Amino acid sequence: MSAAAEQFKHDAERLTRDLRHRSLIQTALKKYEAARDAKKSRYRDWQSARQTAAEIKWDAINHLDKYLEEFVGKIEARGTKVHWASNGEQARQIILGIIGEKKARSIIKSKVMTGEEIHLNEALEKAGLIVVESDFGEYIVQLRHEAPYHFVFPAMHLVRGEISELFQKELGSKPTDEPEELMMIARQVLRGKYITADIGISGANFAIAETGMISITENEGNARLTCALPKVHIALMGIEKVLPKLEDLALFLPMLATAGAGQALTGYNSFYGGPRQPGESDGPLEFHVVLLDNKRTHLLADPEQRDALHCIRCGACLNVCPIYRNVGGHSYGTTYQGPIGSVITPHLRGLQNWKHLSYASSLCGACTEACPVKIDLHHHLLQSRRNAIAQRPIWWERFAFKGFGFLMNRPALVAIASKLGRMAQIFHPLVKGTRFDPARAWTRSRELPVIAGQTFREFWRSRRR
Amino acid sequence: MCYPRVGISIVEILERLGHNVDYPEELTCCGQPAFNSGYWDEARPIAARVLDRLKDAEAVVIASGSCGAMIKKFYPELFAKTALSQIAKTLAAKCYEFSDFLVTRLGITELGARFPHRVTFHDGCHGLRELGNKKQPRELLAKVRGLELVEMSEAETCCGFGGAFAAKFPMISTAMGEVKCASALETKTEFIVSNDASCNMQIQGLADRQHLPLRAIHLAEVLNSR
Amino acid sequence: MSERESILGRIREALHVPAPVPGVHDHNRLAHGASEAEAAKHIPEWLPAVGDSFEERVELFRANAAELKADFRLLGDARELEAQLRALATAESWKTIASHSGEMTDRACAALALPRLATDQSYDANELERCDAGISECDALVAQTGSVLVSSRSAGGRALSVLPPHHVVLARREQLLADLPAAFALLKSKYGSNYPSFISFITGPSRTGDIERILVLGAHGPRRLTILCV
Repeated sequence: MSAAAEQFKHDAERLTRDLRHRSLIQTALKKYEAARDAKKSRYRDWQSARQTAAEIKWDAINHLDKYLEEFVGKIEARGTKVHWASNGEQARQIILGIIGEKKARSIIKSKVMTGEEIHLNEALEKAGLIVVESDFGEYIVQLRHEAPYHFVFPAMHLVRGEISELFQKELGSKPTDEPEELMMIARQVLRGKYITADIGISGANFAIAETGMISITENEGNARLTCALPKVHIALMGIEKVLPKLEDLALFLPMLATAGAGQALTGYNSFYGGPRQPGESDGPLEFHVVLLDNKRTHLLADPEQRDALHCIRCGACLNVCPIYRNVGGHSYGTTYQGPIGSVITPHLRGLQNWKHLSYASSLCGACTEACPVKIDLHHHLLQSRRNAIAQRPIWWERFAFKGFGFLMNRPALVAIASKLGRMAQIFHPLVKGTRFDPARAWTRSRELPVIAGQTFREFWRSRRR
Repeated sequence: MCYPRVGISIVEILERLGHNVDYPEELTCCGQPAFNSGYWDEARPIAARVLDRLKDAEAVVIASGSCGAMIKKFYPELFAKTALSQIAKTLAAKCYEFSDFLVTRLGITELGARFPHRVTFHDGCHGLRELGNKKQPRELLAKVRGLELVEMSEAETCCGFGGAFAAKFPMISTAMGEVKCASALETKTEFIVSNDASCNMQIQGLADRQHLPLRAIHLAEVLNSR
Repeated sequence: MSERESILGRIREALHVPAPVPGVHDHNRLAHGASEAEAAKHIPEWLPAVGDSFEERVELFRANAAELKADFRLLGDARELEAQLRALATAESWKTIASHSGEMTDRACAALALPRLATDQSYDANELERCDAGISECDALVAQTGSVLVSSRSAGGRALSVLPPHHVVLARREQLLADLPAAFALLKSKYGSNYPSFISFITGPSRTGDIERILVLGAHGPRRLTILCV
């Protein structure tokens, strides 16, 4: 088992036993579900909306070269500097290079999942820079020195008491149980940072080829401030974020809001088409867009799972996933948690080390049903299992399944096996739940069904006689 | 092996409706355990045998949504680009999960059943999402005399079985089962009905261990009660 | 070879094998048209319904604004607007305001007779931060979502509508649009090939649900959003 698999198994086991954690997450996500259903019901046709969204994304991804070049051409024409990074190291060097050139010291960041992916904060801090996350949830997890728990709701695993304690310790604030007061504390601290920061770093939810803009979706206004006040704005984004036309957003923005957070539209959906233009009074003087591959082309090369690049990172698949709801976000050990993370991480970080995530699924399909762009998530998990085994079979498993096939294709042996099973059952209580129990994985927490006195096959035979 | 009443009930119901039921005794397993574990090459011989035994039937009725999904949805994928591809597609088209067969193929919901109990229904994931059977079992239950259906909030949430998943990640599987059982208990019903034997095994196994007052029963058994 | 060329090269290489269109079995035809451009034409048909008359749209905007905890007022004329604005200024004891020059903003701000920071030319962000309210015009209102469409050109730059604690939008009735597709059509016809560098759909006051999914208003942006429409 890979180290990542060991860690997942260990953390998942620990968290599934934590009933407080379980109920916290389930309660929050049930709230989300109710809001989402209410908003979804307002659509005249949600299923057709999904289909159209899937088709637009299919077009974008399957002509990615064309649309990327169009996007870059348009956004560069208005004074934006575009950088291309094949991997995380290149992206970090590009960003550090811009910062170095500006002799910048302090950086304000709005939520950038690609930044988490390439461990940007660590690199910036190592270079002696002051980096502050401005999204409230991200700010909280940054203060706690931990990874986001959920790529849309980063601090979902914490209750107000814990946040209050954190603020007392880190910011010297007074204790409070009011979410509003806690927000105010962070607001006060962060306000000054926007104005004094030398550089703002953001992500991008979409990139529009037709008009050469990036689109950023947020509720708090922190991204707007990040992109408005510092002199330099750097946007880091994956190459798969492109949409062909500006009006495609008329569909994607509401669907992202509804699927992701149960909103009709997110608080701010802002489009940035360049640095401050002639005649404009504010905005950055320099605008840099860093396009990141980091193995996305590896996923692109797999036509079977290519649609995973359609993902708009709404988080709907995490929210409905019964595995996510029980093991929580940190157990995954990935940048992108939940079903979409389990599908793409093997492509981004290696199949053999991350195949355990494909197996950590009951294949229930709730994710696929929830996905607003119709990514065939749970079937991709099945395909990843097949690919992992084809690449490197596990000898004893293969042996077992060969044996199983041998047995199943010999009904007479199956009949004998069920008789043997009936006998074995008599002695099973002696070992049940112990190390010697061959069914221990099951019997540690569950009872086995009883093999019937008369199996169906025996019933059928007796009837024919 | 463990739930013969399910098969017996289906046979009795179909025969009462005047159908000729055959059961090729050589049938054992659809190959899903190997398939779901990634061993498609090992699953194919098992599945090929199923294809062979069932290819001549007029219609095939399957007791569990999960096995139904395997044959209807995954056989065509498993045999894609092989000599058996067409046979797999043909079989998939005439294969029905039990409740779907009654409601969609036969157009029958009234079976003269009587089951004077309060029950809740668990949607097995494969039946629900791979095959789209949401209404069929409920239409059948609605016609059962004396039966009161109380929907649980987590009706569509996975019970946590998931085949090999239950053994590979037993604690996650158990936690999921606990969520399911808690939701079923909230309805204060006597039975949790489903059309998937493997879900029943998970729910009953957990309920028995935790001494929960829950009894899982297959839809066919309810429909065969008088 | 530049990184640009190598990434584009990898993309072209990867795309040699075509991928199936999701949810479509006949690969020659998409579900809603022969091409994805045609499929996109149907977008307005799937989104939430909006009535045809002005009254229906106003009611929908009002309902959405209420749900978002934004304050929407449909007013008779400019004098009523000025009176409402003065009432707001008194109630919140505004000392300084920020605004940009525009037909509506100039008149309304003159009526307020408060020290005014103009964001038309470069300004000091610290000063803007100290203002009690930012008063701006907009490009459009969107009934379907209760949104205000602003841009750096229509609403005095990027920060005016987000930095002060209260954002007051001044709009005209004819700016009320039915739905999002109409708003995007407007952007295209109004700005064409010369888009402002910043455009935003503002939907309610700034908010967060990051603590236990409990709604808190006034996260980093304005705690209050008032839309005065004449």
